[in-house]
Amino acid sequence: MEETISFKLNGKKTGFTTDPNQTLLWVLRNHFGLTGTKYGCGIGFCGACTVLINNEPVRSCMVPVSEASGKSVVTIEGLTKKGKLHPLQKSFIDHDALQCGFCTPGIIMTAAGLLKKNPSPTPEEIISGLEDNLCRCGAHNRIIDAVQTAAKEMKGGK
Amino acid sequence: MKKNQIRTAVPSPEQTGTGIKRRSFVKLLGGGIFIFFQPWSILDLSAIPADQARSLTKDYNAFLRIAEDGTVTCYSGKIEMGQGIITSLAQMMADELNVSLEKVKMILGDTDLCPYDQGTWGSLTTRSFGPNARAAAAEAKAVLIELASAQLGVPASQLEVREGVVIDTKNPQNTVSYGQLAKGQKLEKYLDVKPAVEDHTKFTYVGKPYKHSDAKLKVTGEAKYAGDMKLPGMVFARILRPPSHGAKLTSVDVSGAEKVEGVKVVRDGDFIAVVSENRDRVDEAIAKIKADYSFDELNVNDRNLKEWMLNAESRVNVVKTDGDLIIGRQQSAKIFEHTYNDPYLAHCAIETHTALAVFEGDKVTVWASTQSPFGLQDGIIRELGLTREKVRVITPFVGGGFGGKAAYQQGVEAARLAKLTGKPVMVVWTRDEVFFYDTFHPAGVVKINSGIDNSGKITMWDYHVYFSGTRGAETTYDVPNAKTTSYSENPKVFRVHPFGTGPWRAPNNNMNTFARETQADIMASAAGIDPLEFRLKNLKDEKMIACWKSVAETFGYTAGKTPSGRGIGIACGTDAGTWVATMAEVKVDKSTGKVKVVRVACTQDMGLCVNPQGALIQMEGCIAMALGYTFTEELKFEGGKILDRNFDSYQIPRFSWMPKTDCVILDRKDQAPQGGGEPAIITVGAAVGNAIFDATGARLFRMPFTRERVLEALKRV
Repeated sequence: MEETISFKLNGKKTGFTTDPNQTLLWVLRNHFGLTGTKYGCGIGFCGACTVLINNEPVRSCMVPVSEASGKSVVTIEGLTKKGKLHPLQKSFIDHDALQCGFCTPGIIMTAAGLLKKNPSPTPEEIISGLEDNLCRCGAHNRIIDAVQTAAKEMKGGK
Repeated sequence: MKKNQIRTAVPSPEQTGTGIKRRSFVKLLGGGIFIFFQPWSILDLSAIPADQARSLTKDYNAFLRIAEDGTVTCYSGKIEMGQGIITSLAQMMADELNVSLEKVKMILGDTDLCPYDQGTWGSLTTRSFGPNARAAAAEAKAVLIELASAQLGVPASQLEVREGVVIDTKNPQNTVSYGQLAKGQKLEKYLDVKPAVEDHTKFTYVGKPYKHSDAKLKVTGEAKYAGDMKLPGMVFARILRPPSHGAKLTSVDVSGAEKVEGVKVVRDGDFIAVVSENRDRVDEAIAKIKADYSFDELNVNDRNLKEWMLNAESRVNVVKTDGDLIIGRQQSAKIFEHTYNDPYLAHCAIETHTALAVFEGDKVTVWASTQSPFGLQDGIIRELGLTREKVRVITPFVGGGFGGKAAYQQGVEAARLAKLTGKPVMVVWTRDEVFFYDTFHPAGVVKINSGIDNSGKITMWDYHVYFSGTRGAETTYDVPNAKTTSYSENPKVFRVHPFGTGPWRAPNNNMNTFARETQADIMASAAGIDPLEFRLKNLKDEKMIACWKSVAETFGYTAGKTPSGRGIGIACGTDAGTWVATMAEVKVDKSTGKVKVVRVACTQDMGLCVNPQGALIQMEGCIAMALGYTFTEELKFEGGKILDRNFDSYQIPRFSWMPKTDCVILDRKDQAPQGGGEPAIITVGAAVGNAIFDATGARLFRMPFTRERVLEALKRV
């Protein structure tokens, strides 16, 4: 029952033969070695596995790889362009907005999706956008500030 | 500092315990100067559980390596799980060795390379390991200066070190760098050190704020956690789990699992697993195993827990007695008797327990997410009957621990499966498995019988803590007649906890501080005295008084008798050698019972603060995490059956819950460093409960303060 599935992964066209029902999360991690996308709960409740599919934040533990077919998938590794950090990544470092770092990629990807839709969110909009991403270390307030700083920077065209 | 003995002779095998292992360092790591020290000399032996004490091989292990490029690598058995020691330990090393911070590399939690360590918990890294490591580093610097003295041909007393370069003070052109000293060397030095208080005026890095040095790796997805490791031929495993604690397997049919493409069933007695190179396939296969069980469960659940505990047979232990309770009672104008309780709590690190194990010949290497790499090594030795040299545990970044990864079962499972299959085996516990095998914060009950005189002085304090432990159970206040009694589980007579329990960030102090500080608040209110004034009136502890003054200023506290309707609550406590005082403001929706914490101010005295930035972030994290035990976290269970199995029903704090936080660390550079990862979590529950009372007059005696419980308490007003 294997199929050839093609999609754009971090800007590059990719095609491979696989069981289309395989979970996107495990395909990204095990087939492509993109281990920045994390397993946290397996049922879409923590957000550690969030990636962008056509600019929409998606819980990769909840979708079969076939869902990505013909679309564009961006993982945390794809945010860094030619070694240059994405403004969100830079801003998370500047605000020291992380501790153990395990939820960080998923939160950054969720925020990236949010900023694509709403380039200048209010703090309330950031909170509601990130509400379903869990962070156990308690970096929440710094994360909210980091997203706001990144939004300003991105609007400035930097 | 006392001059310690420095030896260059290789210790005999009797001295090292594992001579072969020691000699492999140079081979493993390449050349340079190696500084070894005896980790056992720095340990508090009485604090080590018997099963771990046997690990104390009295071995000299690598501690520092100075490489030819001048890089200083520090090896520590501690692990990095977000608490930031990868940054703060490097700061200490840079200061002691006079090298720039960028030249210090940390290798953590590798049992082959690092000195023995009990585990990363109890906020001990900075206060216990830190001073010893600093003393050893200072001695290491003396070794380097000795080498430089020979090379430069001037006495050591004439030399000083700046940024890793040894300089002849009488002839500043005459220099040699650490890297040059290490060139071509394969030199091993052995230290026996005793810690001493360092002169804080000489610190360059310690005491200054540094951001997480691992942040870039973590925002790019490059940081490697145990589950990110990959080996050729690696298979994923899922293990058959019982439906409840106390259930025993009676029959099993694995034929369904065997039919799943690419899956192999592995069996060793009741230990049954499925393995496949494809992670989805093992999930599919494990669900196809049919198993029957017999049950032997306790008749306890989350609803009857308090009665269960109060009626349980236990070991009674009087922890502390001051004065005479009978006299205290006679001196009391008002007596207060209240019972408090809290539930089992899950740790909920976002990374689940994970391990990859591989056998190469007869030696197993395990990469594991654990707070206890040496504990896991012991566990594997016991389970597989291997010798210590044949088990290596490596701890990559750990995705949160909070005490939950003091346990290491997944690492033993991976090693067992690697042996059974002959392949590298990756075990990534599902969230469901973590909820089942978590070593939960033990639920507990506290009963307090206390009294005050007409002036509002506490005259009597009779404190009884059932099953949740005595950390933080001390009175704090200056009470002439006080007694603390602990009731703990006596498993031979009566099993209280139906499943595993263990340390949960500031173990049990949250509960003890909640009970003590609520009782204090009740007494203040009954005496008609402002709650801060009441506490200061009953405190002699100057550190606590200083914390109160600081937090009151930060918060902008104004006195008022409770309930004032303002929604302001306060609480204090000590944990891990650190003093904490907290003030919180809440808004209560009386129609729904919903409580929003608007702001929290917190001051702590933690002695010398090595990294004020990291410590501040730990305080913020403590406050955020505390909102969970305060409002929602309560494990639902029925006997040995855990009902909460994921984040759908077990709710942990979210972005919208966060208050504005103002944290302050008092400047105590002249004092020994204390714990920072846990203390600020202990006061939040009580401060919020007291704030709810101040807002509404409703008093809560049971955590968490769910909306239902707030509504119920409001009805009693």
